[in-house]
Amino acid sequence: MAVEAQIPYQEALDVHHPHSWLTRYWFSQDHKVIAIQYGITAIGVGLVALVLSGMMRLQLGFPDSFDFIDPEAYYQFITMHGMIMVIYLLTALLLGGFGNYLVPLMCGARDMVFPFVNMISYHVYFASVLILLASYFVPGGPTGAGWTLYPPQAILTGTPGVDWGILTMLVSLAVFIVAFTMGGLNYVTTILQARTRGMSLMRMPLSIWGIFMATVLGLLAFPALFVSAVMMILDKTIGTSFFMPAISSLGEQLDYSGGSPLLFQHLFWFFGHPEVYIVALPAFGIVSDLISTHARKNIFGYRMMVWAIVAIGVLSFIVWAHHMYVSGMHPYFGFFFATTTLIIAVPTAIKVYNWTLTLLRANIHMTVPMLFSIAFVITFVVGGLTGLFLGNVIVDVPLSDTYFVVAHFHMVMGVSPILVIFGAIYHWYPKMTGKMLDDRIGQVHFWITFLGTYAIYYPMHYLGFVGVPRRYFANGEMAIIDESVLLLNQGITIAALIVGVAQILFIWNLIYSYYRGRDSGPNPWKATTLEWQTPETPPRHGNWESTLPTVHRWAYDYSVPGAKDDFIPQSEPPGGEHEGSART
Amino acid sequence: MAEATSTQRLQLVEDWSADVAVFKGVPWGKAMMWIFLLSDTFIFTSFLTGYMTVRMTTAEPWPNPSEVFALDAFGVPVPLLLIAIMTFILISSSGTMAMAVNMGYRRKRKAAAVLMIVTAIFGASFVGMQMFEWTKLIVDEGVRPWSNPMGASQFGACFFMITGFHGLHVSAGVVYLAIVATRVWRGRYEEKGYDIVEITGLYWHFVDLVWVFIFAFFYLW
Repeated sequence: MAVEAQIPYQEALDVHHPHSWLTRYWFSQDHKVIAIQYGITAIGVGLVALVLSGMMRLQLGFPDSFDFIDPEAYYQFITMHGMIMVIYLLTALLLGGFGNYLVPLMCGARDMVFPFVNMISYHVYFASVLILLASYFVPGGPTGAGWTLYPPQAILTGTPGVDWGILTMLVSLAVFIVAFTMGGLNYVTTILQARTRGMSLMRMPLSIWGIFMATVLGLLAFPALFVSAVMMILDKTIGTSFFMPAISSLGEQLDYSGGSPLLFQHLFWFFGHPEVYIVALPAFGIVSDLISTHARKNIFGYRMMVWAIVAIGVLSFIVWAHHMYVSGMHPYFGFFFATTTLIIAVPTAIKVYNWTLTLLRANIHMTVPMLFSIAFVITFVVGGLTGLFLGNVIVDVPLSDTYFVVAHFHMVMGVSPILVIFGAIYHWYPKMTGKMLDDRIGQVHFWITFLGTYAIYYPMHYLGFVGVPRRYFANGEMAIIDESVLLLNQGITIAALIVGVAQILFIWNLIYSYYRGRDSGPNPWKATTLEWQTPETPPRHGNWESTLPTVHRWAYDYSVPGAKDDFIPQSEPPGGEHEGSART
Repeated sequence: MAEATSTQRLQLVEDWSADVAVFKGVPWGKAMMWIFLLSDTFIFTSFLTGYMTVRMTTAEPWPNPSEVFALDAFGVPVPLLLIAIMTFILISSSGTMAMAVNMGYRRKRKAAAVLMIVTAIFGASFVGMQMFEWTKLIVDEGVRPWSNPMGASQFGACFFMITGFHGLHVSAGVVYLAIVATRVWRGRYEEKGYDIVEITGLYWHFVDLVWVFIFAFFYLW
């Protein structure tokens, strides 16, 4: 098929308009509906994980005050909290949610290239969530192996949920990977092959670049997790010894022999480290667009931003063993992986500088999305700087498995992407519903969340320095741990509970504004990108009129000197109404 | 000359970053299949890496594949006889697949469909022989995923897992071929064109290529 043939084909892309409630809202093939399905499911399961973290904090702040939290339950909280947050919330929401919503709209396509596969993707994801939550209803409850599921302990007696929980977890992960692959193939193919006229790669908004690269990482990294899940299921169910060395349990020699626990760690982190960037890159991209739009200024160094995303994506595949400095692997490996880890700081720093320079002398509108974006840049710098400590082998060794690590990764890949997600929801909610989210509730929600996370995670760095180990149910009478640690833990718990409860404001805002919100109009932020130029808000099935929009410029024509307005939409031809006398 | 190549290189950059499509003239399904196969490559790479790792970590001797996979022909044990036949069949099936793609683009749809069915039959016979091999190992020689009489238990574990996963791919491919062949025969793609035959072929050649690696790393090593 020649290119000339491709465009009319895309224009006439046969969208089957749904007729019943079921095909419209449940088995929908519309990428926007699928995106919202992904979003609601991910936020729902994320709230479960939030409650779990609150229970962990209750135990740490007020040990032995709650009968329902015993050590077993505590480990189950840790495991489920970590896995849900990383995979079922962040990955699903950023790629399944925002990826689905934004890719066709921002690229100027009618839908994903294979809407049917896209629909199946969501339902398989939904099944994986159900399997995961089923852990709570199987004998023994969910697994308590820690979110990294390291063998041998993950499948040996003594770990909670060793009978059923570990299996539901592994099966759920495998099912999730199938779902992600179906969605991911769609996002990548749509971005590569189905953009509209004039939308060249170097005119794509950075959101799309981030989502694109993250999806590619996902397609190449999840296979390693899939394989390790299959191998561990076999080890557990039929007694193979992939990950199991000769080992005795409860005084009895087991039938395992000759396997390699390190193999699991390598496979897991070959997935696990790119996973960090699967979460971070869409956030990087989205925040670039938010900053540019709400600062009314073009993004600084667009090409550098693109290449930094690509470079981070490539480098993320050769840094995985920095998670394994204390695992007993060869020290020369540590040297290699420390080097690559520190190199990855270069493109990341370029991005931070460019965000800062975009904000410099800009016409900053302190809208809620902008507040979250600035908070993201600050938080990301904080989390990134502690990464320098943990990336160096010699500094990492005393800090590993302390609360310093917990503070680091929560700052850099927990709080940071979540802040972007909040900002992005405030930014795109008007397009999704036609209503503005309430600004005042948004401000309150922002300040409690932003300051609250600092009240939670700043003290944790200190806890790590004084040597408080992570993943401990109780610190007890350990000589190295001062009594004052308990006081700090109480403070952290109170802050965490306040932040957790404050999220009700956000949920309330989503529901309240849907019914009572101010009408937003098609383009409330005066943004340039294509999704704001749709003929209807929210966009209807098929997105555009009978012809697709044509793109005439990049995504960042804000405050062009001499232009009539301070933004020129991407779809506006030279000499259009917004451009006025400016020639770009 | 040097100048010409440098402009050609620039042209490539321009083509790739141009609007609409990075790979001009490549249908969506074909692009998607290539990306899927790239992802699938990582799955098999992880499987083979895992196999090589446990082969190194196990303390027990690794069974000699030439002996384990030998077959008696006229009273003489011939090493890897069945595997050689299976490999030959699978590689031949790639040949018939390539011919089917050619026939498709030449709009001889019935010939294309017949060749696809021949490919599917080759694939099905491959799976059949694999079942024979599994039965022989399990029933006659007592090889299990968790143990075997010849040595390291990982031998059986890796064998059943990797060839099983590959066998699933071949079986899926046979079903896929059969479905597409039926549709080609009925003329469903007369308007749209016969890219679908090539897309099916991409998957089939990939499964074939993976077998070559499994053959090299598991049976010959």
